[in-house]
Amino acid sequence: MTTTAAEPAVRKNSPGAAPSGTPRRRTGRIRRIGLPYLLLLPALVLELLVHLVPMVIGIVMSFKQLTQFYIRDWGTAPWSGLDNYKVSVDFDAPVGEALLHSFLVTVGFTLLSVGLCWLIGTAAAVFMQDTFRGRGLLRTLFLVPYALPVYTAVITWVFMFQHDNGLVNHVLHDQLHLTDEPSFWLIGDNSFWALLTVSVWKGWPFAFLIVMAGLQNIPGELYEAAALDGAGMWQQIRRITLPSLRPVNQVLVLVLFLWTFNDFNTPYVMFGKAAPQAADLISVHIYQASFVTWNFGTGSAMSVLLLLFLLLVTGVYLAVTSRGRRTADA
Amino acid sequence: MPDPSLAVRRSSPLAPPRSFLWARRVFLTLLTGFVLLPVYVMVSSSLKPLADVSGTFRWLPSGLTIRPYIDIWSTVPLAKYFVNSLIVAGAATVCSVVIAVFAAYAVSRYDFRGKRVFTVTVLSTQMFPGILFLLPLFLLYVNIGNATGIALFGSRGGLILTYLTFSLPFSIWMLIGYFDSVPRDLDEAALVDGCGPLGALFRVVVPAAVPGIVAVAVYAFMTAWGEVLFASVMTNDTTRTLAVGLQGYSTLNDVYWNQIMAASLVVSVPVVAGFLLLQRYLVAGLTAGAVK
Repeated sequence: MTTTAAEPAVRKNSPGAAPSGTPRRRTGRIRRIGLPYLLLLPALVLELLVHLVPMVIGIVMSFKQLTQFYIRDWGTAPWSGLDNYKVSVDFDAPVGEALLHSFLVTVGFTLLSVGLCWLIGTAAAVFMQDTFRGRGLLRTLFLVPYALPVYTAVITWVFMFQHDNGLVNHVLHDQLHLTDEPSFWLIGDNSFWALLTVSVWKGWPFAFLIVMAGLQNIPGELYEAAALDGAGMWQQIRRITLPSLRPVNQVLVLVLFLWTFNDFNTPYVMFGKAAPQAADLISVHIYQASFVTWNFGTGSAMSVLLLLFLLLVTGVYLAVTSRGRRTADA
Repeated sequence: MPDPSLAVRRSSPLAPPRSFLWARRVFLTLLTGFVLLPVYVMVSSSLKPLADVSGTFRWLPSGLTIRPYIDIWSTVPLAKYFVNSLIVAGAATVCSVVIAVFAAYAVSRYDFRGKRVFTVTVLSTQMFPGILFLLPLFLLYVNIGNATGIALFGSRGGLILTYLTFSLPFSIWMLIGYFDSVPRDLDEAALVDGCGPLGALFRVVVPAAVPGIVAVAVYAFMTAWGEVLFASVMTNDTTRTLAVGLQGYSTLNDVYWNQIMAASLVVSVPVVAGFLLLQRYLVAGLTAGAVK
């Protein structure tokens, strides 16, 4: 997302692009130079207040021994050096071990969810590339999971996953007789699969949207030429459609990855404050480590570690995929 | 401006083979089932008597009742949550759109020092985990409240401020794409005619970018309406929004699933209806930046 948006800015920012040419009155010039900053000011102030300053505070907090005794006046909390980080990454002690477990669960969950969302979204978009009867209606239906507020969608799934009166057990146990006993879906190991189902249900329409838009940019002549050369439908999809989607996929997969990895709403509404071990996603884990034990210092250190990890992954991902793209173009 | 219809006709002289048609039929049928299953459960359960949702799941209700739709308003103070959500999401949307229009206009039409830093910084905040901001923002609001008496923590104002900033990066980014597609000649002509830069913005650029602005508004509203994390920490009994308030139904001794489903439906209707009505704009706006 970042790179695509920044590109036009680079192009226009030719060296010395400040207003030049015919000399103007000084006030007019100041106005001209000052105006863009004035227009940006509200956005800038808010970004500083809500995003950037808190981020700096968060980093500072991670070096402090910040417990409930210091909440009122957090500046007075004693410095603790790297203690919070040491606690977080000491994988032999309970806190670090739990964090590592949560991290691994989140990695597995994110890979599966992103993969499935991408797969379903792409398949649906490719299948719906040609017009057919009912296509418009289907497209609208497919966007419903994306439009529903997260909490109402998740609450409905929670109802469906209920042990005694849920739809899932009714179908799997009562009607299809696939299980000997009705299963528990919201506790124990099954909760991972329940969470994954909800996440994919909610997430795939975004992939569908983006891929659908990407398909529009493929020139029709490519398909005509391929058809003249005798390429069938499946071959056209494999040789033209999928390769043409590469640039779109680069951004899409990254965005899906970041959203899924950071997702708090879904697991929080689904399991409440105490997520089952098998579905202990990192956002809820850090939330719990901070607000339930009121240990903000350790919570902040964990957040900073999470941010560093995401920055690293994003950097490596962009470097690798961009290089791949360049060699493919050459 | 991107084509909002998204209607692509692939002009292939060959008819799709049978295997393709069958694969398409099977896949889309299964997918429709998957997508609609929760929607069906939500709608049908909201019309069932309590016995139907407390016992084994039934595909068809034993009898239809609108009782849950009446009871939801008294079981929890749903109307209050609804009003809170409307105020918070409405105010956040209006502010976010206005601020994003100004910022996007600056980026789209002017060259200035720090432009690249601004766009990259603002966009990269999108990737940061919300949990990273939660604790510091919580402390920041509490401390601002202690120091100045401006109650941000627990108030609607604090939540509005937070939500509008959340939707800002993506809104600015979408609008830059839209404004770039409005020909510069148009606003230069307006400038020559004696409009100031703001006149050119509001008389020429904004009217030409209405679909983009609608898209941004829908996006901002959806973001504020659906957010759970900050709502659960930053609201109290009087300012509670739907995102938190809805959980009130399940903490009672008896879980009234039919009421929960009815309330979920009532809460979803404004956003889903708005989204589906305006989807052409939103779809075009969402994809304008990502695909370019």
